[in-house]
Amino acid sequence: MSALRLFPIAAFFVLIAPVAAGLAGVFLPAFGYLPVLGRSALSLDAFADVMAMPGLSRSILLSLGSGLAATAISLLVVTLFVAGWRGTRVFAALERLVSPLLSVPHAAAAFGLAFLIAPSGFLFRLGAEATGLLERPPDLLIVNDRLGIAMTLGLIVKEIPFLLLMTLAALPQTRAGEMERMAASLGYGRIVGFVHTILPALYGQIRLAVLAVLVFSTSVVDVALILGPTTPAPLAVRILTWQQDADLAMHFTAAAGAVLQIGVTILALVIWLIGERLFGFVCRVMALSGWRARADMAMRQLAAFVMALSAAIVLAGLCLLALWSVAGPWRFPDPLPDSFSFSTWMRMPGSIAAAFGHSLMLAGASAILAVVLALGSLEFRARSGRPGPGRALGVLYVPLLVPQIAFLFGLQILFSYLGFDGAFLAVLLVHLVFVFPYVLLSLSDPWWAWDPRYGHAVRALGRSPNVVFWRVRLPMLARPVLTAAALGFAVSIALYLPTLVIGAGRWPTVTTEAVALASGGDPRLIGATALLQALLPFLGFAIAALVAAFLSRNRRLMRAGA
Amino acid sequence: MRALLALISVLLLGSLAQAGDERLDPRNWDAVLAEAKGEKVFFHAWGGEPRINDYIAWAAETVKERYGVRVVHVKVSDTAQVISRVLTEKAAGRHEGGTVDLVWINGENFAAMKHQGLLRAAPWSTELPNYRFIDVENKPSVALDFTVPVDGLEAPWGMAKLVFFYDTERLSEPPASASQLATWIADNPGRFTYPQPPHFIGTTFLKQLLVELVADSDVLMEPATDESFAAAAAPLFDWLDAAHPKLWRKGRAFPRDYGGMRRLLADGEIDIAFAFNPADASSAIASGELPDSVRSFVFEDGTLGNTHFVAIPFNANAAAGAMVFADFLMSPEAQAKKQDPHVWGDPTVLAVERLSAEDRARFDALVLGIATLAPDELGPILPEPHPSWVSRIEHEWARRYGVVQ
Repeated sequence: MSALRLFPIAAFFVLIAPVAAGLAGVFLPAFGYLPVLGRSALSLDAFADVMAMPGLSRSILLSLGSGLAATAISLLVVTLFVAGWRGTRVFAALERLVSPLLSVPHAAAAFGLAFLIAPSGFLFRLGAEATGLLERPPDLLIVNDRLGIAMTLGLIVKEIPFLLLMTLAALPQTRAGEMERMAASLGYGRIVGFVHTILPALYGQIRLAVLAVLVFSTSVVDVALILGPTTPAPLAVRILTWQQDADLAMHFTAAAGAVLQIGVTILALVIWLIGERLFGFVCRVMALSGWRARADMAMRQLAAFVMALSAAIVLAGLCLLALWSVAGPWRFPDPLPDSFSFSTWMRMPGSIAAAFGHSLMLAGASAILAVVLALGSLEFRARSGRPGPGRALGVLYVPLLVPQIAFLFGLQILFSYLGFDGAFLAVLLVHLVFVFPYVLLSLSDPWWAWDPRYGHAVRALGRSPNVVFWRVRLPMLARPVLTAAALGFAVSIALYLPTLVIGAGRWPTVTTEAVALASGGDPRLIGATALLQALLPFLGFAIAALVAAFLSRNRRLMRAGA
Repeated sequence: MRALLALISVLLLGSLAQAGDERLDPRNWDAVLAEAKGEKVFFHAWGGEPRINDYIAWAAETVKERYGVRVVHVKVSDTAQVISRVLTEKAAGRHEGGTVDLVWINGENFAAMKHQGLLRAAPWSTELPNYRFIDVENKPSVALDFTVPVDGLEAPWGMAKLVFFYDTERLSEPPASASQLATWIADNPGRFTYPQPPHFIGTTFLKQLLVELVADSDVLMEPATDESFAAAAAPLFDWLDAAHPKLWRKGRAFPRDYGGMRRLLADGEIDIAFAFNPADASSAIASGELPDSVRSFVFEDGTLGNTHFVAIPFNANAAAGAMVFADFLMSPEAQAKKQDPHVWGDPTVLAVERLSAEDRARFDALVLGIATLAPDELGPILPEPHPSWVSRIEHEWARRYGVVQ
């Protein structure tokens, strides 16, 4: 027990201390305190500067609107799809796509989407080929549109697989099968029956994941840079621009902007929580009305269509990335390249091999450490007097709820002071900050869904709690543990700003190389590097699935689980 | 939490300790070489162009063989990130053992670093052995970086000149001045754009217009004031006001960077693009990024030109190794290879006529690329305005065009 206590404590310090220090390093300059730049008097000037930035209110609205829309739409699609298709073959087919879709980094998916829908992209080439009307790309504002629709779409297609994964993990705890039969026997259609009986419990389980999606979407940088509007850009992108301005006084503006970003994210959370209440109210009214909604086939089909479409968009984008990476000359409106060549791959710098190594080390180490810390913390909680997913571990999710752009640069100051930036351990630590909450999030549901009576049986046979953990609980939870590790691995691979800022560029990863090369704008290089970026997480998920299959090769119930 | 805040405020105060290793004297070159041996130099440089990355890798390999200096190219997507990093280190009181040993830099970024004392304080570049070949007489920008005196704080690496290019299959007669360009844009709506300021290539285009349209360009050599800016920049913003509704996407979106603009030319979305390297179009044709029907042109009255440099931050950990690498980058051997359009195509900072016959032959052997203008076709070089104009232009641009209704 006493040794186990160390796990949640270690997790607390590994996660909360960097975030707190980072926030302090942003709040002080935001209020005018950064003596090396000659300011040490507290003031609100920096906030006045931010407020005076042209188009600021529009930037804020963009962040709020696209974040809320992306979260609401992806949740809606996932809910309707799960409600309408759980337990069917359609469901099983799309379920299998979750891991491959999750392994595509946001930036790679965004580039793929741009190659698909831009006026010079694949769809317009097909249209031009079919109609013969277009000789040149039409002058249409599709990507970087001013309402952020392309950016929101890019977020939706990536958040759907994440929310679906979380939902799949949470479903076993909701007694979904029984509930469904009961609702059906009372004459309810699948969707409304699901909303009344399963959704309340399910939403409670995935709520944190949903809020994490909301925080991420309101402060996203990479997707916004690729697909988002530029006149003006969403708030997080503008903060990054101020942060990187050669005029060093802009650092105060950037710090104040980061504080403002926290405010915007909190506002989005508040709006969301109000939305939850409203939705609950609507559900109660609907339940009282007794509306059975039996003829919901059209709605079910729409849900399956949108779900399949979102998967198709990501996969088509991946195919286009692959095609560009081997394309010779490929002018508009040709739907396919004139010729193919591997020169882009051959010209890949030797440094990419080192980057692969760094990615593997960072992602492997942070995923393993995160799984160990998460299992230790959960086991501590399980053996404490009050087992269950209580509030005590809740604080460990804090990094999910703080926009990364808000604390990263403050953290850089602290690490720099300690002479710690550029060290492998520093990069690993900051990766852990981002990886751990996702690992805990995905591990938590299956952990608590495990039937404690197995443990009671073992204890009744006179064996210790350690035996329960090592010989029974861990083997039975092998699949979710491996999935959580693969998710953590994927999160680590995709980290750009934390790797660059804290690593001082000394630990180039596949992702930092990809972003540096993408700044040259060559679609062949973008295609090749984005594929490389997706490769490692994909292998991670594949290995997790294979190992899980191997471990459960003669255990039928475990195969059905999770 | 209170303890943490105390810690942060202590570290933000910074220490008053003086910047590191000033005793290193490039005039005693043997001592520098001796100290450099075995050092690891972190060279922070834009990494968006595989050709340039390959060239840096070659130079790094060479200094490793000859001088035992290991150079690591830290690929950045924006040089301002590096300045932000050095500033943070200064803020955190890290006066030695910094993470940046050498940075690829010029203009506004140099001015900011020099002004904030983020550069190695003692002049060093002018004392490097290969500096004697630098063409100070005919290339004034090697000593005046955007009008700011270099003062030996950065070593010249290459020359840049604004060159436009166009697809001959889609455009027969390219415009030859800013006003002709305005007419052309009006006649061909949706076919021109530029990277969104403050991206430097977009800002460079605005400066080109400013220099060309201003009544008396002498005022641009002085720091901008409210009055001088209002008067001198008025023609620029008149030009932009007229052009923007006829730009690509009606000026409601802009390519994010130079690569984005070149991509639009390759896709046939626009007809004219521009680069800060005369050989860029040829190199892009060679790698298949642009069709081979693309050719270069310049404005009749000249285009902006400047020099790009490498600089050592105040707290560099491997200053000796950085000097050795900077000196090698200035050597006739490295400069000739850099100018080869098959390698990079970046013009030299050296006075080629002053080199030995052997070294001159390296330059004479270079063949221009298919879309590269010969040196005598490149037209006059217009000097860069004082850096203070840049932030004012960018600010005014953002105010007028950064928010489209």
